[in-house]
Amino acid sequence: MTALAALMHRDIRIALRVGGGALIGVLFFLSVVVLMPFAVGPDLALLARLGPAILWLGALLASLLTLDRLFMADHEDGSLDLIVMSRTPLELACAAKALAHWIAAGLPLIVATPVLGLLLNLDALPTSAVALTLLAGTPALTFTGMIGAALAVTLRRGGLLLAVLVLPLSIPVLIFGVAASQAAITEPLSFGAPFSILCALSLVSLVVGPFAAAASLRHGLD
Amino acid sequence: MRLLGREVGCVRGGREVFSGLDFEAASGEALAVVGPNGSGKTSLLRLIAGLLAPVGGTIGLEGGDAELTLPEQCHYLGHRDALKTALSVSENLCFWRDFLGGTKFDPAEILARVGLDHAADSPASFLSAGQRRRLSIARLLAVQRPLWLLDEPTNALDSAGQSLFTALMIDHLARGGLIVAATHIPLGVAAKEFAKELRLGDAS
Repeated sequence: MTALAALMHRDIRIALRVGGGALIGVLFFLSVVVLMPFAVGPDLALLARLGPAILWLGALLASLLTLDRLFMADHEDGSLDLIVMSRTPLELACAAKALAHWIAAGLPLIVATPVLGLLLNLDALPTSAVALTLLAGTPALTFTGMIGAALAVTLRRGGLLLAVLVLPLSIPVLIFGVAASQAAITEPLSFGAPFSILCALSLVSLVVGPFAAAASLRHGLD
Repeated sequence: MRLLGREVGCVRGGREVFSGLDFEAASGEALAVVGPNGSGKTSLLRLIAGLLAPVGGTIGLEGGDAELTLPEQCHYLGHRDALKTALSVSENLCFWRDFLGGTKFDPAEILARVGLDHAADSPASFLSAGQRRRLSIARLLAVQRPLWLLDEPTNALDSAGQSLFTALMIDHLARGGLIVAATHIPLGVAAKEFAKELRLGDAS
């Protein structure tokens, strides 16, 4: 347990230091959302209708932005060899790293959502609905993205490959995340059903992600 | 305790690096792996560390902890230093101590043993190549492991650092540890009778 706590503590600390990934994601999220009103035009009703989808897209891309470094950085400096050799099961170490990444890069996005909701003419209720769905849905993005990050180490190609591998996997999360947010705004639709599916997607990825990533890392050792 | 390798073979990228290799080392012995570039010294260390899969043969540690696998009883000091430049020197050391399950200790004491106590709070990004190596060596002292796998351990070390590291190796061997080291220059312990040599990549 100390080993996992130490690993999470280290990753969060690196992400929060200068040059770490935590701020980059939020800044990217901010730039995407700020640019949207300029592209869509001054139609307030349209903005409010598109708002949840824009916030979700921005959060999705921002959470993928720093994910490719999740294992690559450890691979490059040799830490990954020692993590693989250690007495901590690799699956748990992968889960700890993904959790640390979500805390450092995912949570700030959720905190920034109410501020960005203002820019998109969203009221308090829709904004909090989006924030709630992001809280339930972004762990799924991180934990499925982790599989892509592990494959990127194996194949020695970072960056774009990760996006190509991971974006198809994140489509269900996007569909149900936006559906749940829209349901909270437009009355007759039910919020519960898509939100439950979103939570289920997160729970499944919490289980599958670490095993798939660890298998990929073990298989791809060189 | 005895490290035994029998009929070990290694294939990298479709090319056979070595095959049918036998080696052994007992407690208190250092095995120096020598040979020209590309003869498979690093590959052999990574095979023992479980980071590569052998194509044949077995590698085992007799008399080790039955609960643990061979890699879990090894320290691996590779070409790359496994340091995070965003963290300070003592933060790096404390992370590996906690992650690898070392006993609680004062990091300043270990850093003093490798001659880095003056730099404990500076970021690891400011260390020179030799100082980075010293910090990696501090990891071997912070956590007890019976088998040390060393890949060119004295690279970038100055002569004071080399004699310091030799003393640490002799100390480790005296306490019943094992060392397998890939090296071009003679290990400092080579003069002692407990040093063995494994030659790879001979044309003969």
